Amino acid sequence: MTAMLELRDVAKVYGEGAAEVHALRGIELTVAVGELVAVMGPSGSGKSTLLTIAGSLEEPSSGDVLVGGASLGGMSRKEKARLRRQSIGYVFQDFNLLAGLTAAENVAMPLELDGTSARDAKAAALAALEDLGIAERADHFADDLSGGERQRVAIARAVVGSRRLLLADEPTGALDSVNSEAVMRLVKRICERGAAGVVVTHEAQLASWADRVVFLRDGRVVDQTSRPAAPESLLGSH
Amino acid sequence: MSVRHALLALLSEGPKYGLQLRHEFEARTGEVWPLNVGQVYTTLQRLERDGLVASDGTAEGPQKGYHITDDGSHELLDWLQTPPAAAQPPRDELLIKVLVAVQVPGVDVDEVIQVHRRHLVEQMQRYTAVKAAADEGDVALALIVDAELFRIEAAVRWLDAAETRLRRGPRPQPADVPNDVPEPDRQEARS
Repeated sequence: MTAMLELRDVAKVYGEGAAEVHALRGIELTVAVGELVAVMGPSGSGKSTLLTIAGSLEEPSSGDVLVGGASLGGMSRKEKARLRRQSIGYVFQDFNLLAGLTAAENVAMPLELDGTSARDAKAAALAALEDLGIAERADHFADDLSGGERQRVAIARAVVGSRRLLLADEPTGALDSVNSEAVMRLVKRICERGAAGVVVTHEAQLASWADRVVFLRDGRVVDQTSRPAAPESLLGSH
Repeated sequence: MSVRHALLALLSEGPKYGLQLRHEFEARTGEVWPLNVGQVYTTLQRLERDGLVASDGTAEGPQKGYHITDDGSHELLDWLQTPPAAAQPPRDELLIKVLVAVQVPGVDVDEVIQVHRRHLVEQMQRYTAVKAAADEGDVALALIVDAELFRIEAAVRWLDAAETRLRRGPRPQPADVPNDVPEPDRQEARS
């Protein structure tokens, strides 16, 4: 098993003294290449903090995070920023697309920021949109797309180029169940092709797309599912 | 699942033979509800007796041809629009276990809730895997799997709500636990 993401004894404390809040305690989590892990927990359980620390958007108070085997602890800010641009894709509930740009421009942006020529970035963006079945909307402005389309564009932006760690925070929160399913099919397919994914959610249906579900309570991992049994054994019992 | 109405539905598309009806029934329900051969033919005989289907009378057994009558068409439309019988709320084992866990000294209710939550989410993972592996065009299978997923998800959501309530409020005392589940007014529930 090759680990794409490792959290080693990660803790996060906000505030000091009497106002101290332990958002995460002793988190151990490894996500392998090809694996999709869901982190399930109620509001305030620490799941969004876990995701931002995994994505190097926030520093842990203690412990270490490794992405593709490289420890974030020893990296400069600049190195971390490069890692984020090149290796990590984020998907948020509210899509976070730039309204004044087309779908293709939104997807191309992270590559352009990383120094790829506009022409190559556009070609990679179109390939990513094509792959997610939304190429025909490439020239539409983000505001003119439906919720389901926006989230597909956001996923294309998260995986464009060679990024192989996909981090998603309630990625289907604003979508109906059929559109949610389409989004999770894409996330699963991306992971099966060699990425690693972490989805945080409070929804069991969304979590059930994952290979493994980790349960978070009060900042701790309290439990996780074992690998699902073969699907054939299910429907025969009716 | 009513075999009677499933057969009427198949005949509403046009005349069919007994054997053909059996094959189509199995194909449409994703082979989740296998029928025995005899069930199809005895049901067809009863439908014919009741005037809901008519046979062409040229052959017997698997090769006998049938078509739906006007009465049969009306019966089918009626059935489609009749709400399922409002069943007695089942004695929910999960509910009872959580209520009992609250009372038993030394039992960590959160842990009991989590054991059941994990079990249910694992079941959902298996159903979702069925859907993920199936052809996206297999709508019948997706409908069947969705029905199971939504049913199990409701139980998970109930566990989530139970956990939050137990953390926030005072724990229920033995006297609070009702012997019978209160029932809604069944007449009103149907209207």
